[in-house]
Amino acid sequence: MLRFFISRLSTFFVTFVGVTLISFAFIRVIPGDPIIVMAGERGMSQERYEELTRQYGFDQPVLTQFWDYLTGVLQGDLGQSFVTKKPVWDEFFALFPATLELSLCAIILAIALGIPAGVIAAVNRGKFFDRALMSSALVGYSMPIFWWALLLIIVFSGNLGWTPVSGRMGLLYYFPTPTGFMLIDSLLSGQSGAFVSAVQHLILPTIVLATIPLAVIARQTRSAMLEVLSEDYIRTARAKGLKPWRINGLHALRNAMIPVITVIGLSVGTLLAGAILTETIFSWPGIGKWMVDSIFRRDYPVVQGGLLLVAVVVMIVNLIVDMLYGLINPRIRTRK
Amino acid sequence: MTLKRLMVSAGIAAMLAGSAAAQQTLVYCSEGSPEGFDPALFTSGTTFDASSHPVYNRLAEFKTGTTEVVPGLAESWEASEDGLEYTFHLRPGVKFHSNDNFTPSRDFNADDVIFSFERQRLEDHPFHSASGGSWEYFQSMSMPDLISSVEKVDDMTVKFVLSRPEAPFIANLAMDFASILSAEYADAMMEAGTPEMLNQAPVGTGPFSFVAYQKDAVIRYAKNPDYWADGLPKVDNLVFAITPDASVRYQKLQAGECHIMPYPNPADIQAMQDDEAVTVAQQEGLNVGYLAYNTTVAPFDNPKVRKALNMAIDKQAIIDVVFQGSGQIAKNPIPPTMWSYNDAVEDDAFDPEAAKEMLEAEGVSDLSMKIWAMPVQRPYNPNARRMAELMQADFGKIGVDVEIVSYEWGEYLERSRALDRDGAVLLGWTGDNGDPDNFLAVLLGCDGVEASNRAQWCNQPFEDLIQEAKTVTDPAERTRLYEEAQVVFKEQAPWATIAHSVVFMPMRPEVEGYKVHPLGGHIFTDVSLAE
Repeated sequence: MLRFFISRLSTFFVTFVGVTLISFAFIRVIPGDPIIVMAGERGMSQERYEELTRQYGFDQPVLTQFWDYLTGVLQGDLGQSFVTKKPVWDEFFALFPATLELSLCAIILAIALGIPAGVIAAVNRGKFFDRALMSSALVGYSMPIFWWALLLIIVFSGNLGWTPVSGRMGLLYYFPTPTGFMLIDSLLSGQSGAFVSAVQHLILPTIVLATIPLAVIARQTRSAMLEVLSEDYIRTARAKGLKPWRINGLHALRNAMIPVITVIGLSVGTLLAGAILTETIFSWPGIGKWMVDSIFRRDYPVVQGGLLLVAVVVMIVNLIVDMLYGLINPRIRTRK
Repeated sequence: MTLKRLMVSAGIAAMLAGSAAAQQTLVYCSEGSPEGFDPALFTSGTTFDASSHPVYNRLAEFKTGTTEVVPGLAESWEASEDGLEYTFHLRPGVKFHSNDNFTPSRDFNADDVIFSFERQRLEDHPFHSASGGSWEYFQSMSMPDLISSVEKVDDMTVKFVLSRPEAPFIANLAMDFASILSAEYADAMMEAGTPEMLNQAPVGTGPFSFVAYQKDAVIRYAKNPDYWADGLPKVDNLVFAITPDASVRYQKLQAGECHIMPYPNPADIQAMQDDEAVTVAQQEGLNVGYLAYNTTVAPFDNPKVRKALNMAIDKQAIIDVVFQGSGQIAKNPIPPTMWSYNDAVEDDAFDPEAAKEMLEAEGVSDLSMKIWAMPVQRPYNPNARRMAELMQADFGKIGVDVEIVSYEWGEYLERSRALDRDGAVLLGWTGDNGDPDNFLAVLLGCDGVEASNRAQWCNQPFEDLIQEAKTVTDPAERTRLYEEAQVVFKEQAPWATIAHSVVFMPMRPEVEGYKVHPLGGHIFTDVSLAE
């Protein structure tokens, strides 16, 4: 197990350096001089332009800039936003809990509904439930998030008035947010109704963000279950007269979980990408909106720092998923 | 209904419908997060709405809803004969806000004025680089060259000495970057080792004091009980609910989660006007969208050729298709809400036949040209590519072949400045200070050639008029000069003037006293909520 862990960790480190390089190069490859974009129609004098170029260090050779960036990153310094002049690190940690809270709720919802749905569909293969589920999964998978979100807002917030339109918390409530997780902070605040408001604000964005992973997990669970159900040992179990729920739930599902966990791990990347759109529509103060804005403003430190941090989060999740495999399936542990 | 009540504990709806609470809270669904709260560091309207308008005042102020300059923190001022010295008499008894880390020990005085300008002007000032920022607007309005000194005459009198006569100077002092900060607060924060607090927890003299900001979510302000203008502001609390998507803003407005919102989708405006739960205020924006010919390149150096092309453009079709009604045909380079707008000027008639004949008379045949289409949306041009296509069709009808080109925005701005640029450029301008000089001199003056003057147009009669208008301080005389300049502009046609946008501001019916501000700001000092 230790050897396995070390080999994964070294892959992690190589990927980290690669991502640092890509995040640095990516924003510089997009055309658009950040200083000219900042000045807009108004323009600026040549002297002023040169002064700002010096101030931001763009007069240095690209390799020098990268070296400065890399050494900064290794010391935990991601630089300062050109726009707000605040450290990238601080901005990320002020906003990330909101994204994390939303993503966690979405992935929990997707797992809680997707796995049982996939199991039921597999057991009832070819019957009505299976077909209905698979067609809705296909619809869910191909649904444009933007359109789906607006539709839900118009129906549930606009016409029915059941949920608030957007935001994270009713404007009447005002309390400090030490953890950044609204569900926890609202409970800590002791204000009655704040927690309910936080939950209500979470409902629609969670549904929207969970839609694609839910569809993927349900489909993956179904096909993994079908595969396992056709294995010899399941037939043996049936022949032994085991109860169906024991066969499906205990023997089949556990073995079907391996590809499902892979998919869950992979969907973390999808979730963070989906969070960008979901956050924009629901005015959710997370990192998605922050990153999009910074690309348009050519705010180099935020783009490269933000990308790097998001990549690290995805890498850590994948590392955890790899570890989980090892626990569930000893074959993977011993292979190398 | 009970279910609805229960679920929308966002509470605003309940508050709007419910009994008149002792406290009135106005909720504004703003379009984005401010970059910070020190208006001198930034240039975007979103930042000014959150900082300079609620929290700060300036020596002179724009009267809300107009471009007229009225006294603010200065009760009065006078200019010397030669136009080089301006003396300001400050308003007594004005109080700064307090917050957790700061309680002012004195009223507003000359030290605050001097601090607010010197920190931007003097490179060795302790606050010049304290925030790590740059004073973009101060720089771009050429203030460092213009102001030679700012002097304290006594506690309540300040004198500005200029390096040249510049009539628009007073209007500049009403701009956001000229907001007055507390020198005492700055010193206290410097001493505490946290000078960045000036930008994060602003202290001003404005109608609302800053309470809290949560990035991308909400900004809270409370009424300044000591505000110097009697009876203002009218509401007790002001909340910005940051909502980047325009459709969602409209949903929030309908659901009663906010009272007023900016920048609706053009496609929604008709529905909003038909909606009983929403009223829509509208006004022309302080901007202009134009097509600038390169007047240094043949045959576009010939005013008659330019005039002929102008006559071939079906502007009404552009307003209908590109602006979807949220625009107005432009005939002058300045918008109608600006003083000195010359309404007597006649626009070029849309007449392709006559245009074709004019081109033939000038010996121009088989003309082919490029039209540059901007890659970004702007209020003065919501879809430049579409606009260029319409012009391509219009010009095609008079036998002019058009190729449409575009570049990434930064490249576009940079390349379109070149003196030998090939083609006519679609671009526009949004006013800074409501002074005609800010359009006519910046966009069409000789100094702007190879820079903001994209027509590369330097016309001596026009230049003489706008230079003279800079030096005289009498408003009536300045108006006359600018009116004449607009006549010269129209004869010479360096641009095809296309459109001014129309600004729409949807709000709930209980919002009273909101005025659409031509300079683009969203200001809530005079707004009240009907019971």
